Amino acid sequence: MSAAFDVIIGLEVHVELKTASKLFCGCSTAFGSAPNSQTCPVCLGMPGVLPVLNREAVRLAVRSALALNCTVRPYSKFDRKQYFYPDLPKAYQISQYDLPLAEYGWVNIRPSGQDVKRVGIRRIHLEEDAGKLNHLGQRLGDAVGSLVDLNRAGVPLIEIVSEPDMRSAEEARLYLTELRAVLSYLDVSDLRMEEGSLRCDANVSLRPRGYTGSLEELPRVEIKNVNSIRNVQRGIEYEIARQAELLSRGERIVRETRGFDDVSGRTYSQRSKEEAHDYRYFPEPDLPPLVLQSEWIEKERAALPPLPDAIRQDLIARGIPDKDVEVLVLDREAYQYWKEASPAFSDDRLLVNWMLSDVSRLLNAQGRTFGDCPVRPRQLVELLTLIQEGTLSGRMAKEVLDAMFETGQDAKTVVKQKGLSQITDESALMQVVQRVLEAHAHVVEDYLSGKDKALAYLVGQVMKETRGQAKPDLVNRLLKEAIRGGQTVSG
Amino acid sequence: MAKSLWMEDAVTLHELFVAGEVRATDIVEHHLERLNARDPVIRAFLHVAAEQARAQAAVQDRWSPAERAERPLSGVPVAIKDNIVTETMPTTAASRILQNFYAPYNATVVDKLYEAGAIVIGKTNLDEFAMGSSTEHSAFYPTRNPWALDRVPGGSSGGSAAAVAAGMVPLALGSDTGGSIRQPSAYCGIIGMKPTYGRVSRYGLIAFASSLDQIGPMARRVRDLRALYDVIAGPDPRDATSLPDTTDATPLSRPWRIGVPREYFGEGLDPEIRHVLDRHLSQLRAEGHEIRDISLPHTRFAIAAYYLIAPAEASSNLSRYDGIRYGFRRESRDLVTLYEATRDEGFGPEVKRRILLGTHALSSGYYDAYYLTAQKVRTLIRRDFDDAFHTVDFVVTPTTPEVAFRLGERSDDPLTMYLGDIYTVTANLAGLPAISLPVGWAHGLPVGVQWLAKPLADHQLLEAAEALEGLLPPVRFPEEVEG
Ligand SMILES: [Zn+2]
Repeated sequence: MSAAFDVIIGLEVHVELKTASKLFCGCSTAFGSAPNSQTCPVCLGMPGVLPVLNREAVRLAVRSALALNCTVRPYSKFDRKQYFYPDLPKAYQISQYDLPLAEYGWVNIRPSGQDVKRVGIRRIHLEEDAGKLNHLGQRLGDAVGSLVDLNRAGVPLIEIVSEPDMRSAEEARLYLTELRAVLSYLDVSDLRMEEGSLRCDANVSLRPRGYTGSLEELPRVEIKNVNSIRNVQRGIEYEIARQAELLSRGERIVRETRGFDDVSGRTYSQRSKEEAHDYRYFPEPDLPPLVLQSEWIEKERAALPPLPDAIRQDLIARGIPDKDVEVLVLDREAYQYWKEASPAFSDDRLLVNWMLSDVSRLLNAQGRTFGDCPVRPRQLVELLTLIQEGTLSGRMAKEVLDAMFETGQDAKTVVKQKGLSQITDESALMQVVQRVLEAHAHVVEDYLSGKDKALAYLVGQVMKETRGQAKPDLVNRLLKEAIRGGQTVSG
Repeated sequence: MAKSLWMEDAVTLHELFVAGEVRATDIVEHHLERLNARDPVIRAFLHVAAEQARAQAAVQDRWSPAERAERPLSGVPVAIKDNIVTETMPTTAASRILQNFYAPYNATVVDKLYEAGAIVIGKTNLDEFAMGSSTEHSAFYPTRNPWALDRVPGGSSGGSAAAVAAGMVPLALGSDTGGSIRQPSAYCGIIGMKPTYGRVSRYGLIAFASSLDQIGPMARRVRDLRALYDVIAGPDPRDATSLPDTTDATPLSRPWRIGVPREYFGEGLDPEIRHVLDRHLSQLRAEGHEIRDISLPHTRFAIAAYYLIAPAEASSNLSRYDGIRYGFRRESRDLVTLYEATRDEGFGPEVKRRILLGTHALSSGYYDAYYLTAQKVRTLIRRDFDDAFHTVDFVVTPTTPEVAFRLGERSDDPLTMYLGDIYTVTANLAGLPAISLPVGWAHGLPVGVQWLAKPLADHQLLEAAEALEGLLPPVRFPEEVEG
């Protein structure tokens, strides 16, 4: 499409950090508890309370920043962002305004058919989450009342602000996916969009070809509160089309905040920036500046686990196909499963193949993930070893795997119980072969007269007699030998 | 009950109690009796916890001498300014928006008081949210100056000052954001101290201006003040701005070098107060101390800076009083109306004035010109003091330019009221410890002298004050004085 404009997308991602307690008080951060059961005077904004910064939250935020290639500031500070809303107990959010925790990072994305592309990260800052309103009634418009739940108020968040570097909804999806993958390896967050531990706002604007002004001055639409990566992509796609349509009709794009309706797939206007808040930011006087020693920052850097880009290189070097590599890298639990199994098994391709086909299929069917796979990596390796040794055929192994999923038993136990062992004893199998040859003498004659298909029939008969436990290529060889031997005897 | 125990100082009461010479119950009854006699007119208290105090006393009377001695304030009645939260008594900050509010927790200083054996008599009146210099801005009723009932006790800790001056309690806690302990102490003829910022935990102090607020002790004797200071000071893990315990063991060597900043003795200072101060300084000179003329050149910007920074922080700190979770609430048809009606009816005019001022000062487009500039002035003021303390040990100034004014005299004149803070706000802006001592009389009313020391030199300041006590007029009670 040679459109008359470029698409400019920037994302703001909020990530709830996985600390045991809130950012400024000792309350639990557990999800799903009874409303307001995880509150105290501090996070309720009672008169006289003061915030005390959670060290662990700072550590997780710094860890995230380093993994995203950011520069961590040795000196940052907290500020109050002020507005009235019932989910914000103090009527200000403690956040970071002009001196954020970290700046200038990036994430690499891989648009299909293109080179790796770098998406910049402008800043990462630490802030507290707000509570939640539960509206009584069908819709907000006709709600008869609202209940405030402050369990989430004060839960630590990092806000990751990208540069406006993405040029399509697909690139935005790739950025989010990669960002989530990086964070998943750090174990800093649950990253569950449906529970709100990962949230994304997308800024979309269209830049007409030939536009020479600054990006800041382009009318920008912010899509808020989208609950899945797929919907972020859909929302952006819709927004691009909507704005393009407006431009083509010569209409003005209004700078505003829009919501996304996942049923209709459309965005809808929430409020225009003209009525936007003046947040009256000012330095939080209750907290001293956050000073981080460079030795401490370096210690955290050294403690980073292998991250997606390094993992990709490693997997590719092992001969795993690119497509499988991507699946493994983007699913930390699958990767960790693979990592646990791999040292005990010689054939990485076979292992990955089984993981991403049969094991994945069974996991999906049960709504499970590799993290809670009933067949542990050690057990899968045992099963695959039985295939390698010839004890099980691939088809039998699938049957065994099904049973392992059901019972959690080891492969060998299942094989024994089902009497499923592949017949590799040649003399035992030869008896069956002889029986089959005797019963189908005319087929042997067909074969001898040059009908190659006849041999396949005989193999099938042997397999049938052995209830599939014979190894087909062995049967093939024994049949040929027996027929040839018979000829010799008779001839 | 022989001698009137309410006339005794706190440390003496504690010693008598430890020695078994008096019962805590007697101490409490004497003070309650005094309170019941005087407070209907003075109105220093917003809440009197007579039954709790009696119960506490009864418990303490069963303590062994060792248990009594272990706790430095056992047997001592104390009053608490009503912007310091208490679990068992209401905490209103003298505002309608918190009328009948009970906090679900005790301020750190309140826990420390109980731990030290102090018997809490009640909560004292103040200007609403500590915003004011007269205690007339209480939403409930003004407090009167015990020395002249037609005059204000000062503020905002006017209730605490009046209660101590009138002998209802020997000790009280106040809070000081721009002079709110020192000015009423001066007006009521008692001693009041604002510690170094960060020395006393602010956890549980209802915030007015967070970077300036500091809880401090008020008493009639320095020894008592010090006992209370020692109980409440120290680091608190719940206050990130509280300072670690720094033991500045430098002994105070004599003679002291005393700086007298000329900016504090200029226009606007009542000549009679000046006269009292001059006499104080010549006494010091006679004692062998060295008096030096110094300059704190940025003093003239202090009031302007203070009245930007304090309202800016206040506008933010007071936003939580929105009618949603606690306190006063005016039911309304929608959220915005609920906020507006609640805050309109819940806050008094002085509080609203400061919220408006502060909101404006922080508004986009004005922040740099107002708040940021004020912070720069603050740095300059701090630097003035840093420079001064290179050459002097203490800075001595009048606490106030005038003596206590008449009730109602300044109600419609906030600017004049603000200017009355001129000598006290600098200590808050610079974070310094400062103490006001009753140094004499002018127009038949108490006059205070302010002593300031460098940051963290709280103990040197207390030591100096204790040594000075001999130069001060003896403790009196406003017995015969009636308005
Ligand atoms: Zn809490």
